[in-house]
Amino acid sequence: MADRTTAELFLGEGPGAGGGSQHLFVNMGPAHPAMHGIIRIFAELDGETVVKTDVEIGYLHRAFEKECEVGHYNNAIPYTDRLNYVSPLINNFGYASAVEKLLGIDVTDRCKYIRVIMSEISRICDHLTCVGASAMELGAFTVFLYMIKAREFLWELVEEVTGARLTISYGRVGGVKADLPAGFDLKVKKAFGEVRQLLEEVHTLVTANRIFMDRMVGVGALSAAETVAWGITGPLLRAAGVNYDLRKAQPYWAYDRMQFEVPLGKNGDNFDRFLVRMAEMEQSMRIAEQGLEGLPGGSIQVDWEGKAIDPAAYVDRGKQGKTEGLLLLPIQLSPNLQGQGRDAQRRVNAADKRVVMPPKETTYGSIEGLMNHFMLVMDGYGIRPPAGEAYVPVEGANGELGFYVVSDGTERPYRVRCRPPCLPPVAALPRMIEGQMIADIIPTFGSVNMIGGELDR
Amino acid sequence: MLARLKTRLGARVLETHAHRGDHTGVLTRDAIVEALVYCRDEPDLRFDLLADLTAVDYLRYPGREDGPRFDVVYHLYSIPHRHRLRLRVPVEQDDPVVPTATALWPIANWLEREVWDMFGIRFEGHPDLRRLLLYEEFEGHPLRKDYAVARRQPLIGPKV
Repeated sequence: MADRTTAELFLGEGPGAGGGSQHLFVNMGPAHPAMHGIIRIFAELDGETVVKTDVEIGYLHRAFEKECEVGHYNNAIPYTDRLNYVSPLINNFGYASAVEKLLGIDVTDRCKYIRVIMSEISRICDHLTCVGASAMELGAFTVFLYMIKAREFLWELVEEVTGARLTISYGRVGGVKADLPAGFDLKVKKAFGEVRQLLEEVHTLVTANRIFMDRMVGVGALSAAETVAWGITGPLLRAAGVNYDLRKAQPYWAYDRMQFEVPLGKNGDNFDRFLVRMAEMEQSMRIAEQGLEGLPGGSIQVDWEGKAIDPAAYVDRGKQGKTEGLLLLPIQLSPNLQGQGRDAQRRVNAADKRVVMPPKETTYGSIEGLMNHFMLVMDGYGIRPPAGEAYVPVEGANGELGFYVVSDGTERPYRVRCRPPCLPPVAALPRMIEGQMIADIIPTFGSVNMIGGELDR
Repeated sequence: MLARLKTRLGARVLETHAHRGDHTGVLTRDAIVEALVYCRDEPDLRFDLLADLTAVDYLRYPGREDGPRFDVVYHLYSIPHRHRLRLRVPVEQDDPVVPTATALWPIANWLEREVWDMFGIRFEGHPDLRRLLLYEEFEGHPLRKDYAVARRQPLIGPKV
């Protein structure tokens, strides 16, 4: 290629042009306006047809798996936030579940329900982002704005519960960080109302839209058998008509108690993937609503009876030896510790002192609590699962999100492996786009919903 | 499941366990492809999904200091039968080679590239064993236990 001039190569003129027909090599990415996420597609084109592609990933590699081996078990939770950063709650819970399996402990019922509810809210956020962004790349900017507006309602819910919008670090080994805030079910109801209305509007905007259909129907299709062989799970697999949803196939947490359907497609093309995602959002809302309805312990109406005292005064009393009745007193929690009082902790965390941090009242108010606290945070101590290995898959927004954790019996994980659900579809991307037009790369790449943080780890 | 694998492969199944309910078989290197084909194609096993392929470096694992250094780990799932299986293949440090599974599942291509990238385990018969996440100039294999977390890499520039 290097020995040809520009005119020979691009215009098909001159002696080296090879009869006026020349394959053209085009780089899409790593930074390209139509590629959300850093990935490089090196495409060989014949006219506008894609002949061959090479997909290069790894631009967002942050040594997730290596860094997990450095800290304690709970220290990996913030790293898992940054895997799939659109639905970080699912990653948190998935990792925590893997360590719990290694420890052989079970979490409380309420915690299972909270995990289900928050996972489903995250799944909707993820689908909204995916559908919105891929519609925007096809020119439907309104859809993108509607979807982001809907996502905003849900992120407000997430913020209400976790204190953050994106890097939430809400999961804990043995439970969750804090209980749900008071009146959360009403807020969810209101937000879901808004989301449903926006989804309805999006349906009327694009689902039967000629331009949208022309770009999506029959594009990027994979057969059911091929999708399975490529290890693809999640909405892409279900769009090909294969009924595999971990929430049904191997129910975990409280999914066996929820009524919902698994939306299936038929053709495995981009349009079916879009329809599956749209239908799944409705199902996710159903699950979250059922979860809130059946939440063990009900919606919390916190009742401190005005007895709460200031934490500093609490510590002072403890130091002065005035410990009588101290453990029964609740302390005033600063807003960033909302839902982490003693009663709340008991509801959402497993009753296992080897794993779960004692509530702050116990830490400040008793020597046992203080020792318990230090036994979990000191170097050389902490959560120490028995030596062994465990693999826990959960249904992430993009498919099977698996965590494979190996323990050597110390307080640091020996090996943490994340099975990223969006790696298989990106690996299969050449298969999906070869033989199609270059413009088809955009909707196909959009439907794959590649998330750099998870793909490159 | 594990018993059937044992009858089929005999002494080439080194060990089986079901710790925490995860059915696991440890196989010798020459048995792995046969085992994978068997698990995939046998009608009542039908492990059609290669869920994951990774490796573990047991260099500093208590009780395995003298044993084979690496384990290549396969996680299989059967969509029709809804069961899971884990297969492990121990690999020696001096000869880190495993036969490839790319002919069985196309996804093995990228997963094996990642294992080569991170652990330096080669897959015999792999059509295109390049690094996956890191770049060609990267020195060493970072998920090996003797690769220090804080180790720096030399700067690389565009080729002249």
